[in-house]
Amino acid sequence: MFSNTFPLWPARASSISGPVDALFIFLLMLCGLMCIAIFTAIIVFAVRYRRRPGHEAIPIEGSNAVEFTWTLIPAGVFIIIFVWGAYLYFQERTPPKDSMDVYTVAKQWMWKFQHTEGQREINELHIPIGRDVRVIMTSQDVIHSFYVPAFRIKQDVLPGRYTIAWFRATAAGTYHLFCAEYCGTNHSGMVGDVVVMEPAQYQSWLSGGQAMGSLAQTGQGVFDSLGCSTCHRMDTQGRGPNLMGVYGKPVLLEDGRTVIADENYIRESILNPAVKVVAGFKPIMPTFQGIVSEDQVNALVAYIKSLNPQPVGPAETPTFKGPAASKADTRQR
Amino acid sequence: MATTAVALSERENYLNKEYGITSWLFTTDHKRIALLYLITITFFFFIGGFFALLIRLELLTPEGDLLLADTYNKMFTMHGQVMVFFFLIPAVPAVLGNFLIPIMIGAKDLAFPRVNLLSWYLLAIGGCLMIYTILSGGVDTGWTFYTPLSTHFLDTHVITAALAIFVAGFSSILTGLNFIVTIHRMRAPGMTWSRLPLFVWANYATSIIQVLGTPVLAISLMLVALERIFNLGIFNPQLGGDPLLFQHLFWFYSHPAVYIMILPGMGVVSEIVTCFSRKRIFGYKFMALAVIAIAVLGFLVWAHHMFVAGISLYAAMVFSLLSYFVAVPSAIKVFNWTATMFKGSISYSTPMLYAFGFIGLFTMGGLTGLFVAALGIDVHVTDTYFVIAHFHYIMVGGMVMAYLGGMHFWWPKISGRMYPEFWGRLAAMIIFIGFNLTFFPQFVLGWLGMPRRYWQYSPEFQVLNVLSTAGATILAVGYLLPMLYFLWSMRYGKAAPENPWNGAGLEWKISSPPVTDNFDETPLVTWEAYNYDELPQEVPVGR
Repeated sequence: MFSNTFPLWPARASSISGPVDALFIFLLMLCGLMCIAIFTAIIVFAVRYRRRPGHEAIPIEGSNAVEFTWTLIPAGVFIIIFVWGAYLYFQERTPPKDSMDVYTVAKQWMWKFQHTEGQREINELHIPIGRDVRVIMTSQDVIHSFYVPAFRIKQDVLPGRYTIAWFRATAAGTYHLFCAEYCGTNHSGMVGDVVVMEPAQYQSWLSGGQAMGSLAQTGQGVFDSLGCSTCHRMDTQGRGPNLMGVYGKPVLLEDGRTVIADENYIRESILNPAVKVVAGFKPIMPTFQGIVSEDQVNALVAYIKSLNPQPVGPAETPTFKGPAASKADTRQR
Repeated sequence: MATTAVALSERENYLNKEYGITSWLFTTDHKRIALLYLITITFFFFIGGFFALLIRLELLTPEGDLLLADTYNKMFTMHGQVMVFFFLIPAVPAVLGNFLIPIMIGAKDLAFPRVNLLSWYLLAIGGCLMIYTILSGGVDTGWTFYTPLSTHFLDTHVITAALAIFVAGFSSILTGLNFIVTIHRMRAPGMTWSRLPLFVWANYATSIIQVLGTPVLAISLMLVALERIFNLGIFNPQLGGDPLLFQHLFWFYSHPAVYIMILPGMGVVSEIVTCFSRKRIFGYKFMALAVIAIAVLGFLVWAHHMFVAGISLYAAMVFSLLSYFVAVPSAIKVFNWTATMFKGSISYSTPMLYAFGFIGLFTMGGLTGLFVAALGIDVHVTDTYFVIAHFHYIMVGGMVMAYLGGMHFWWPKISGRMYPEFWGRLAAMIIFIGFNLTFFPQFVLGWLGMPRRYWQYSPEFQVLNVLSTAGATILAVGYLLPMLYFLWSMRYGKAAPENPWNGAGLEWKISSPPVTDNFDETPLVTWEAYNYDELPQEVPVGR
C-alpha cells in the first residue's frame, strides 16, 4: 500500500502534516459513512419497492420535522468541520516566532532560493529538520505556487508582492517541490526537491557553499551602491526616514494611516515609494522599479531587517531573532 | 428528421409543419430552437471530449511524449472552455429547458420567441469564434484566463477565445431573461408557483444566476482583452494593478456558473425520480426553496477558489464558512430524492438508471466538496487532481448524467420515437462504470499531491493515471452509444405514445411530438405537481 510504485498516502514530513491528515481521515470516515448510508437507502428502496404485480406506491407528502432534522444536523456537522479546518489554516498561515528565512524568487520555469547566510540554490532547497522556516516569495513574471505535498503546504507566489509559506520539517529526506499554479509552457517542469537534513548536516552544507557574504551584506552593498544612504541616514538629519530598527514597527504615514513595516511594506517602499509616505517626509524618493532585480530587492529587504539598534553590529551578524522581527512574524498572513 | 416524423404521425406537428433549411434557421418555435441547440452542443461535446481523450492519452506515461507541452496546455484549456461554455452551461437549459418550460407551464412559446432565436445565433457565433480559435492554433491560458499569464505572457489566440466566450455569454443572459419572464408571465390558469414542476423551479433559479452573473464574466474577459491590447495595467502589478482582482472577478461569475451547470440537472432528476417511483416528490417546498437558496448563496462563496492565492486569513475563513452553508441545501436535495423512493413503485427504466447514477455521483462530488471547503485540507489539495476529480463528479457525474437521463426521458416527446431500451440501459451502466474508473483514481492522485495541468509527472503517479485513462476510453464508448441509437431511433424506433411513462406533467398530456402551438387549447391546471397517486401505477413502455 505504501510502496513507491503505487503509493496511496503521501509522505508525512512536517509538523502540520499530521494534524491535516487527522482532519482528512475524519472527513474520509464521516463522508464514507454518509455515502454508505445514502447508497444503502437507495439500493434497499430500489429493490424492496421495485415495481411488481400487486405492489403499489404509497403516497407520502413529506414531513417538516424530517426536513428540519436533515437540515440542522448536517449544518451542525459542517460547522464542526469548518472550525477544525479554519484552526489548521490559522496555523498554516501564522509562522511562529524565530523562524529562519529563505528568500525565493519564482520565474518561468524555475525556483531560485537564497538563504540569509548567502547560499543560493536553484530548484533545490536545503533546510534543517526541526526548524521553523519562512519562505518569503515573490515572482518575477506570472503567478506560481509553492507546493510541497509532504509538508501539506501550498502558497501562490505573486508578482509585485511577497507571500509567505512556513513549515517545520520533521523527517529527513528528499521531497517533491511542485509549482501548483499553471504558469505557461513548462509548468510541469517547474519542479524541484526540498532536502530536509539533520541540523549538523545542514550546518556543514551551509559552510560548504561558496561564501559570498550573507544576504544582508549583499543588501548593504546594493544599498550603498544605489546611494540610498544619502537620504536614509542613520541619524535624524536625512531627507528620508532613518531605517534603523524600522522592521516590524508601526509606521505613521503622511495620510494618517499606520502600517507595520513588514517585508511587503519595505518592498513596496523601494518599488513604489510614493504610495505610503512616512509622516513628516516629502514624496521625493524615485521608484527603483526596473532598476533593482527581484534578487536585489530581497537583499535590500534582508539588509533593512538586519538594521537592529541593539548592541550587536547591524550588518556583520544579521539577526532574525530580535523582538522586532518576531512581532512582524505574527502579523504575516 | 422531418421525413420520419411525417411517416410516424398523421397529425401535423412541430417537426413536419415546415421543411427546408430556412424553416429551421428562421424558426421562432421554442421546440425547433431547442433542437438547433441540441445539434450545436452535441457537436461541441464531442470536440471537448476529443480534447479530453488526448489529455488522458498523454497522461498514460509520466514523460511528455505524445503531445508537445504547448499542445497539451492548449488541449486542457480548450477542453475546459468548450465543455463549460459551449456544452455544460447551455446543455439542460437551452435544450431541455427551451423545449419543456413553455409546455410544462401550459404556454405556447417563450415570452420572447425571436430573442430566443437570437440567443441561439449568439451561441452559434460564439461557437464559430471558438472553432476559429481552435483551427488557427488554439489558446493556452487555462480555461480560467489567470492574469498576468493571459495578459502579458502568451502569444496565442487569447482575444478570440475571450471574444467567443463573451458572445456565448450573451446567449446565456438572454436565455435566462427569457425564462424568467416566461415563468412569471405565461403560466396557464391554475399553474400556481406551488404547482410548478421542480424542473421549472430549477431553471428559474439558474436563470437568475445567468442574468446576474454572466455580465461579470463579460467584464472580466473584456478587461483581459483591453489589458492585452492597451496594457491598461488593471491586473499588472508593475503599473499598480492587482492580478488577484482578476481572480475575484472571474470566480464571482465562475463559481455561480457551477450552479448554472448543476441546478437544471437537479430539476431533471426530480422529474425522473418521481415518475419512476410513482410518487409525489418528498418535501416539494423544501426542494423548491433549496434551489433558490443554492442560487443565492452561490454568489457568496467565490473566493473559496483562492484560499492559497494570497487573500487574507479572515477573508478565507468567511468564504469557507459560507461554502458550508451552500452545502446544506445540496444535502437537502439528496435526502429528498432518496426519501421520494421510499415506499414507491420503482422501475429501472433507462432515465431512472441515470437518476440513480446522478444521485450517487453527485453525492460523492458534494461530499468531497466538504474536503475542499475545509481550509486546512484545501491548502494541500487545491490545484491538484483532487479538485479535478471533485468537480468532474459534479459536472460530469452529476450534470451529464442528468442531461442524458433527461434526454432519454423526453426523447419520445421530442422525436416522437422510442429509443431501444436495452441499449439505453447498457449505455447508462457503461457510463457509470467508465466515469468512476476515470475519476476516482484522480482523488487519490490529488491527495498524493499530483498538481493539475501537468504535462509530465513523477513516475509514482503512473498506475493511477493508467487506470484513469482506461476509464476514459470506456466512458467514450458510453457517450457514443446514445448518440448512435438516438439517431437510429429517428428512423427505426417505435412510434412514441403521448405518455409513454404515465408521467404527470403537462408535457405528457399533449401529442408526441407536440404540435407547433403545443396545446390545442390553453390547459386549466387543477392538480398539484407530481400527482402520481391519481395516475396509473403502470409505466407502459420501457419495462
